[in-house]
Amino acid sequence: MRVKVDADKCEGHNRCCALAPELFDVDDYGTATALNDGNVPPELEEKAKLAVQNCPEYAIEFVKD
Amino acid sequence: MGTNPPVDDWATDYDIFDEDYVKDPFPVWDELREKCPIAHTERWGGSWLPTRYEDLQALVRMVPELSSRNVLVVSQKREDREFDPVLAEYGNSAPPITSDPPDHVPMRRMLLPLFSPKATEAHRPFTEALCHELIDGFIEKGTCDAALDYAVHIPAKTIAKVIGVDVERTDEFVSWIRGLLEEGNTDLEKRNKYNGILRQFFGELVDARKAAPRDDLISHLLAQEVNGQPVARNAVIGMCNLLLVAGIDTTWSSLGSALLHFATHPEHRRRMATEPDLFPSAIEEMLRVYAPVTMAREVTEEVKVGDVTFQPGDKVLLNFPAANHDPAAFEDADKVILDRKKNRHIAFGVGSHRCAGSNLARMEMDVALRVWFERIPEFQLTDPDAVTWVGGQVRGPRHLPFKF
Ligand code: HEM
Ligand code: SF4
Repeated sequence: MRVKVDADKCEGHNRCCALAPELFDVDDYGTATALNDGNVPPELEEKAKLAVQNCPEYAIEFVKD
Repeated sequence: MGTNPPVDDWATDYDIFDEDYVKDPFPVWDELREKCPIAHTERWGGSWLPTRYEDLQALVRMVPELSSRNVLVVSQKREDREFDPVLAEYGNSAPPITSDPPDHVPMRRMLLPLFSPKATEAHRPFTEALCHELIDGFIEKGTCDAALDYAVHIPAKTIAKVIGVDVERTDEFVSWIRGLLEEGNTDLEKRNKYNGILRQFFGELVDARKAAPRDDLISHLLAQEVNGQPVARNAVIGMCNLLLVAGIDTTWSSLGSALLHFATHPEHRRRMATEPDLFPSAIEEMLRVYAPVTMAREVTEEVKVGDVTFQPGDKVLLNFPAANHDPAAFEDADKVILDRKKNRHIAFGVGSHRCAGSNLARMEMDVALRVWFERIPEFQLTDPDAVTWVGGQVRGPRHLPFKF
C-alpha cells in the first residue's frame, strides 16, 4: 500500500503529520510530503487511513502499486 | 445586541446577533441545512449564510469571485474607512487575510515559516510556564472565572511574546481587540476607534524597528521582499495587527468552550483527567463542535451556488461552524465523541486562507488543557446563568464561573 500527497491541494493543516509522523513530513510552508516514497508498511495502514480521512483538503490518496 | 426585532423566519431574515442564536445556534443551522440550505438576510447590511459542509468546501475555492477584501461579517462603508486619518496614515488592510491573488500567496508565505509546527513548538515551554502561573493565582481560592482568569491570557500572552510586544500589556491589547471584534461588530464607530488604536500602536513600532532593527518578528518581516521589492510598511503594520487580532479572541473562545464542555460533562471530564492519550482527538473534537470563527467574503462576480445566485457586492458568511455539524460530513454529527477517528473539520477554515496560526492555536489548546487537568482534574460550573457569550465573527463564552 502507498500514499500520495497532492501538493497543489495541500494547504498545510498538518493533520497528516500529527496523526502519522512515520509517514508524512511538512516543510516550513506547511506543504506535506509522504516519506519513504509513500510506502506504508502493514503496521501503519491504520494510521495512513486516519491521515487520509482527516485531511480537510482531500489532498492525500491511496495509490495502488 | 438584541436591539433588532425577533426573527420569525431564519431562512429569509436571520440575525447573527440574536441573543438566543449566539448562545445556541445549532438548531437553527440544522433546520436551515435540511430545508434551505443557504439562508439570506437584509439585517446588518445583508448577507448569505451557507450551512452545508459541501457548500463551504466549494465556496472557499471560488476565488476571485468571492473576495477576501472584506472579511468582517458586518461591513463598513468604504467612504467611512477612507476618511479616517489614522487609517489613511497606517492603512486598513490586514494581509494575508484581506488579500486576494496575486498578492495573497507571497504575503502568506512571509508568515508561514514563523508559525510552522517546529517554530510553534519552540514556544511551548513559555505557554506551559504561563498556564501554571495563572493557576497558581487562583487554585487556593477554589474558584475562578475560567474565561477571564485563565483562557484569555494564554493566547494573548503567547502571541505577544511571539510578536515581541510587551507581555505585561496584554490586558490593554485584549480590550482593543474586544472593542474591534466584539463591540465593533455592530458599532462601527467603536470599530474605527479600536482599529485606529491598533494601527497606531503597530505603526509606531514598525517605524521604530525600521530605524533600528532588532532580532524580532517585526524586523524580520520588514527585511522580507515581495516580488523583488521590499515589503511595504503598511503591509507589515497590517500583518502585525492581524496576528494580534486573529489569535486572541479565537483561541480564547475555543479554549473557553472546551473548558465549559468539560465542566458540564462529568464523564468526559473524567476521561480527560485519566486518559492523556485522548488529548489529540479530544482537542480536534472540541474545535469541530465549538468552532468559533465565521469569516466573510465579498462577491465580485455573479456566481450560482445550488439554487441561489450571489450578485456583485453581496456578502457571504463562511459558516465553518455550521459545516462542522453537517451529518453528511460527520457520523453522529450532533454527538461529542472524544475519540472520533474521522474528523475532517474546518474550524481553521479550508483552502488557500487556512488559518496560518493553526499550529500555534493547537499547541496552546494542548498545553492549556493538559496543565489544567493535571492541576484541576475535578471542576464544576457554579452558575449556568452567569455564562455570557459573544458571537457574530467569533463565538465563545466570556464568563465562566467555576469551582473546584
Ligand atoms: C482556535 C483558534 C483559531 C481559530 C478557530 C482560527 C480560525 C481561522 C479561520 C477560520 C481562518 C480563515 C480565514 C478565511 O478563510 O478568511 C483563519 C485565518 C488566519 N488566522 Fe486563525 N484561528 C485561530 C487562531 C489563530 C492564531 C493563534 C493565530 C496567530 C498567529 C491566527 C492567525 C491567522 C492568520 C494570520 C490567518 C490568515 C491566513 C490567510 O488569510 O492566509 N489564528 N483563522
Ligand atoms: S493534512 Fe492534508 S492539507 Fe494538511 S498538511 Fe497533510 S496533506 Fe496537507
